[in-house]
Amino acid sequence: MDKLLQLLSENSSLSTAELSMMLGEPEDYIAAQIKEYEKSGIIRGYRAVVNWDAVPESGVVALIELKVAPQLQKGFDEFAESLLCYDEVESVYLMAGAYDLLLTVKGRTIQDVSAFVAKQLAAMNGILSTATHFMLKRYKENGVSLVDIDKKDRREMML
Amino acid sequence: MNYTDKLTESIQSVKPSGIRRFFDIVNEMDNVISLSVGEPDFQTPWHVREAGIRSLEKGRTWYTPNRGFKELREEITNFYKRKYNLTYDPTTDVVVTVGGSEAIDIAIRCMAGKGDEVLIPEPSFVCYVPLTVMAGATPVIIETKAEDQFRLKADQLEEKITDRTKLLILPFPNNPTGAIMERSDLEAIAQVIRKHDLMVLSDEIYSELTYNGKKHVSIAEIDGMKERTVVINGFSKAYAMTGWRLGYALGPAEIIAMITKLHQYCIMSAPTTAQYAAIEALKNGDDDIAMMCDQYDMRRRLVVGTLNEMGLNCFTPEGAFYAFPCIRSTGLSSEEFCTRLLQAKHVALVPGSAFGDSGEGYVRLSYSYSVKHLKEALNLIREFISEL
Repeated sequence: MDKLLQLLSENSSLSTAELSMMLGEPEDYIAAQIKEYEKSGIIRGYRAVVNWDAVPESGVVALIELKVAPQLQKGFDEFAESLLCYDEVESVYLMAGAYDLLLTVKGRTIQDVSAFVAKQLAAMNGILSTATHFMLKRYKENGVSLVDIDKKDRREMML
Repeated sequence: MNYTDKLTESIQSVKPSGIRRFFDIVNEMDNVISLSVGEPDFQTPWHVREAGIRSLEKGRTWYTPNRGFKELREEITNFYKRKYNLTYDPTTDVVVTVGGSEAIDIAIRCMAGKGDEVLIPEPSFVCYVPLTVMAGATPVIIETKAEDQFRLKADQLEEKITDRTKLLILPFPNNPTGAIMERSDLEAIAQVIRKHDLMVLSDEIYSELTYNGKKHVSIAEIDGMKERTVVINGFSKAYAMTGWRLGYALGPAEIIAMITKLHQYCIMSAPTTAQYAAIEALKNGDDDIAMMCDQYDMRRRLVVGTLNEMGLNCFTPEGAFYAFPCIRSTGLSSEEFCTRLLQAKHVALVPGSAFGDSGEGYVRLSYSYSVKHLKEALNLIREFISEL
C-alpha cells in the first residue's frame, strides 16, 4: 500500500517536512503527491477522530439494514445515490449477504432517527424492508481504540 | 553486620551502574516523556500470543527438554538457514535459553575463565563486562568510533590481542549506537580471529531490525567462521517478545553441549509457554517482523533527520531502534545533558556513558515509540537546546 497515504490516514497532522524525512523522499515531491491525491479525490479531507461518546448531547447513531428492489440496468446505484442528500445519513454501503444496503444514520435523539426511518426511508419507492440497530457504545472506530485500557506505557527497562 | 567478607570479590568488584543516580531521578518524577526504553513498543503479534494461550488452555505446563522443544530447535535452525544460509543441526547445535541474556552469560562462562581475556567493543549493551568478570575472566575494552560508523575495525582488534585472549564479543546490530557490520567489515575481523585462533560470541539479538536495505550478516557466514562462532539470538526484539524471556545459542556441537550442560544445571529449561509461542512466531511471523521494521524505519528517519536539523550531529544508525547523537556541541557531559533535559523538559534519554567510557559525549534515544510521542519529545529537546 502507498506509505504516504498510510501515514496520512493515521496522522494527518504530519508536515510535509516530517513526511519527507520519514519516507526518504524530497519535500516538494511529497507536497506534489499530496496535491495530486487531493485533486484526484483519493484524499477527500482531513478531520479529527472524535470520540462522540465522550461529548455530552452528541446524539445517537443507528445502523440500518435495507432490502431494496434492484432496478433494471442500474442495480442499486441510483437508489443508493438518492440517499446521499440526507444530512442524517453518514455513510452508505452496498453489502453482500442478507440485506443490500447498510446505512449509518445520525440524529439528535432516538425519536429523530425513528422519524427519519419511518417517514423518509421506509416510504421511498423500492424499499422492501428495514432493520434499525441503535449503537450503544463505541469501543473502536476508524482503527482507533476509544477505550483507555492500558494507555500507560508499562515498559520500565531502560538499558 | 558486615557482609563484605560474606560476598565474593568478583560480585563486589562489578561496578554498579554509574548512572543509577540518573535513573533514580527518572523513576521518581511524574509526567516524564521517555525515550529511554530498550524494548519494542509493539505488542507480541496476536497469533503468537494465541499460541501461548492455547498451550496454557491445554495444560501444557511442564518442563521442556533441557535444550528446548525439538520443534522449536528445528524452527530456529530453519530460520538461520532461510535468513542467513547457515546450516545448523537442531539436535546438537542449538540450545534454547531464558532470553539472549542467559545465553550470553553461560556462553561466556563456558568459553572464558581465570586468566583469559575477553574482548568487548564499546559502546555496547551493559552486560558483557560484568558477566565476563563473574566468569573470572578479564574484560578488555575496544572503543569503536563515530568516524568508523561505530564499527569494529580489524586493526583495533589486532592491537588488543594478547596470548591470553580467548573470545571476542561481537554485538551488532549495536545497542546503543545502531551500528551494523557489513560483510567486508566482518571478513576483515574474521581474518584476525582465524589468525589468532579465537572464538567469537556474536550477539545478533537485533539481527532482524536493519535498514537502508542492508540485511544483517552473521559472522558465522564468513569462511571458516561457523566453527569459531557462538551465535546468540532471541525473540525479544524481532517479535516484540521481551517479557516472554526466550533466546537461544547456536554453534559447534562440542561447545553447545557444554553450554547446555551449564543451562541444565542453572535453569533446567526455558519457559514452556514462551516456547510454544516462539514456534508460532518462527513459523508465521516473517510478516510481523517486516511490518514492525518498516515502522521503526520511518521513525528512525524522522528522529535522525530532526536531531541533525537541530544541530545534534547524529550518525545514521542502520540497525536496532536507537539513535546515538553527539551532544559535545552543547559543552555538557552526557550525564549533565540528560539530567538537565530531564529537569527542564521532563524528557528522559540515556547518557551514552552508561554504555562504556567511549559513550561519553553521546546520548541514546530510543525510537521505539509512536510518531506522536517522538514528535512531542523532539520538540522539547529542540526547545532545551535553544535555551542552553
